[in-house]
Amino acid sequence: MSYEIIGISVLWFFLYGYLIVASVDFGAGFFHFYNKVSHKNYQVNKLIQRYLSPVWEVTNVFLVFFFVGIIGFFPDTAYYYGTALLVPGSISIVLIAIRGSYYAFNTYGSKDSKIYSFLYGMSGLLIPASFTIVLTISEGSYLDISNGNVTLMLGELLTSGYSWSVVFLAIVSVLFISASFLTYYAYKAGDAASYWLFRRYTLFWSIPTILASVLIFFAIRHHNPEHFSSMLDISWMFILSLLFFLAAMFFIYKKRHLGTAFILVMLQFFSAWFGYGASHLPYLLYPHLTIYDGFVNETMAIALIMAFFAGLLLLIPSLYLLMRLFLFDADYIQGNK
Amino acid sequence: MFMEYDPAVYSRILTGLTLGFHIIFATIGVGIPLMIALAEWMGIRKNDPHYRLLARRWARGFVVTVAVGVVTGTAIGLQLSLLWPNFMQLAGQTISLPLFMEVFAFFFEAIFLGIYLYTWDRFKSRMKHFLLIIPVVIGASFSAFFITTVNSFMNAPQGFELVNGVITDIDPIAAMFNPATPTKTAHVIITCYLTSAFVLGMIGAFKILKGDRHVYHKKALHLTMMSAFVFSIATVVIGDLSGKYLAEYQPEKLAAAEWHFETEEEAPLVLGGYLENDGEIKYAMEIPYALSILAHGTPGAEVIGLDQFPDEDTPPLIVHYFFDGMVFIGMYLAFVSMIYLLLSWKKQQLMHSKVLLWSIVAGGPLSILAIELGWVFAEIGRQPWILYGIMRTPEGATTSDHVDAMLYLFIGLYAILGLSCSIVLKKMFNNNPAAHELEQRGVEDRGERT
Ligand code: HDD
Ligand code: HEM
Ligand code: HEM
Repeated sequence: MSYEIIGISVLWFFLYGYLIVASVDFGAGFFHFYNKVSHKNYQVNKLIQRYLSPVWEVTNVFLVFFFVGIIGFFPDTAYYYGTALLVPGSISIVLIAIRGSYYAFNTYGSKDSKIYSFLYGMSGLLIPASFTIVLTISEGSYLDISNGNVTLMLGELLTSGYSWSVVFLAIVSVLFISASFLTYYAYKAGDAASYWLFRRYTLFWSIPTILASVLIFFAIRHHNPEHFSSMLDISWMFILSLLFFLAAMFFIYKKRHLGTAFILVMLQFFSAWFGYGASHLPYLLYPHLTIYDGFVNETMAIALIMAFFAGLLLLIPSLYLLMRLFLFDADYIQGNK
Repeated sequence: MFMEYDPAVYSRILTGLTLGFHIIFATIGVGIPLMIALAEWMGIRKNDPHYRLLARRWARGFVVTVAVGVVTGTAIGLQLSLLWPNFMQLAGQTISLPLFMEVFAFFFEAIFLGIYLYTWDRFKSRMKHFLLIIPVVIGASFSAFFITTVNSFMNAPQGFELVNGVITDIDPIAAMFNPATPTKTAHVIITCYLTSAFVLGMIGAFKILKGDRHVYHKKALHLTMMSAFVFSIATVVIGDLSGKYLAEYQPEKLAAAEWHFETEEEAPLVLGGYLENDGEIKYAMEIPYALSILAHGTPGAEVIGLDQFPDEDTPPLIVHYFFDGMVFIGMYLAFVSMIYLLLSWKKQQLMHSKVLLWSIVAGGPLSILAIELGWVFAEIGRQPWILYGIMRTPEGATTSDHVDAMLYLFIGLYAILGLSCSIVLKKMFNNNPAAHELEQRGVEDRGERT
């Protein structure tokens, strides 16, 4: 495998990690707020807090890892995306800042506040939506690159059906992933009321999720035919994704194997995510930048890959400890610790 | 606006704003874990619940500041690419390794911080819980180390060749361990510890001043001031070494900081003062030979002055005040913590006198001010370069048309965040005084299986 492929795979993998943990996190934040204003079920909110509190900072690092890594492996992306994304990027930063800090203020501060809960619940939903702009731009035809200047064609972006369908998918996936995780978590915690609630949420959000995915698949055909044809070449990955989805829904509907069901949801997104990524290659920014011409020098690439594996050796045991103590410790989940 | 739109100028202001805001939380984020570890360690060693509560309460306030540190740090990380795309393109080729490793250090820190906070009463052995803070201390200090090597690289770039605008012969390790690295990382990390000790000492002193004479606060004060004294001596020593680094590698920065116009031997140190239009220095205090000593360690040494550099390569002379302010505060912090230690040793009846306590309270904001002054000095003193000798600042900047709007957006964001953060912290400690919590936990402690 070439260094370019290793580099992009590592980064894509981390972005996938972010996609999953952040979705769980953001969705939970939203449900927390929603249940609070609709006075539904206060028990649920305790459960959400117990899950979220020890892990939110870790979530953020996945994201930081990605954008630091991409500058390291593909420095030219700084030039293209950096210049074009000033405004949308800044808006994302503001959302992330609001989300992270008000979450902490609400959780660790002395009282639970409705305004704070609103701020972090809503900003959490908007963050994924704002990030999708990057994916949309990477499909090409939203950047004007002329006489050494890169500008974003904001009007075009905001009126494009493709870009809105990606935004829609991002929001509903967040709610779907989060609900399917919390179904499992509530079940483990033995919290029947929450379990029923989240099971209903999961089933409900599964429908727009799958509809939006199919919609995007065809929207790409219209928007970037070259990408679409390479997607067809590896269509098995998308079919696999659909099968994972159906299996997950089957288990949740039948109220069986809920842990497996969540893993299947993760696999559903894994295969779709890597199918999308693989078919997008070699372009980082269609048609201006590929992973080959934007790649860092070889010495740095080797150094980064070595640092990456050394880092993994440190992180995997630590993450394992974190999960064992908080996610898979039945006593903790049930609130006995 | 009243000035003509120049994306490079706005990018500089916005970068300075974000960094200036982040650095407050980052500094505390690096230093406080160490102080928490010290307190918990004392608590275990002396079997003293006061120290354990100290660790616990500090940790509780700490998470709130961490949150703001994390989000503003994320902001910088993204903003560097958004505002300085050309610089980052070059930096990505040469110095991305420590930037990348920094993220691992954060990761490590974040994981163990999460565990530490939620496991206070979970282990039978207290030592086990104490051990969990160690990775947090290590992660925080290493992330400071790695990020500061990036800044060192900007001051003393090496580890690559630039031939006709093409970079070759890259050596990531040499780039990371450049001549600025030893003094810069050491000075940054030790001042993080110093600032945190003073900020926590400030809280203790303030409580005593407000009439709460609980021994809990006295212990807090004692622990923080002892540490602060050690750190302040180290700060002054390493600061002196930083001066020697400048004299050798960035003499124009030192000369600008000292208003040292002509190269000469036996150079005096200029303190304070005011610069007339004709370059005459007024109302300043001069300490003979001191600049030669700061720069080279001997009173007779020759110190290069601004006359050796063309005007367009020298930083603005205003950096003089930033430098002096930092050094003054450094001396002040060392002095105050020394007096406290002397009194606690010889004259205990005076050690909680009003004057001393107020001086310690002042040390909290002053140490943060020193951090800001130090960074502004270091950054503006590097001008006109973004990469010393290689790339000028405007060349690194974005060409986007909207940097000004973004500046206002972020001013609003930081104002709101800063305000909310202080309200939350204030409520946290006012609603639950230490004495009250001790009582609660005192009951709990007796019931605990020890
Ligand atoms: C509490 C904070 C604090 C205190 C008390 C001091 N410093 Fe400092 N100083 C910093 C906080 C700081 C800093 C914020 O950490 C800087 C900014 C950039 C850097 O490397 O560290 C810095 C930079 C810095 C530099 C510039 C390095 C460069 O640009 O590469 C010099 C020469 C000194 N310091 C010297 C001193 C001396 C002689 C001090 C003696 C009392 C002193 N500092 C006290
Ligand atoms: C964290 C502590 C730091 C603080 C408080 C700080 C502060 C500042 C300030 C005040 C400016 C504006 C300077 C001017 O307008 O002349 C600035 C500029 C800048 N800083 Fe730093 N800085 C810090 C560390 C760093 C580090 C570690 C990097 C690199 C990774 C960095 C990158 C930059 C860049 C790219 C600029 C714009 C170019 C310039 O004006 O020099 N800074 N910073
Ligand atoms: C240009 C310079 C800087 C950049 C790009 C930067 C980047 C970041 C990022 C991305 C984060 C969030 C990481 C996370 O999600 O956990 C962060 C947080 C943090 N930064 Fe910075 N940083 C800079 C300057 C500094 C400096 C100079 C220090 C230390 C002296 C520092 C210390 C920290 C610490 C300790 C945190 C973790 C939050 C906390 O514990 O308070 N940063 N920084």
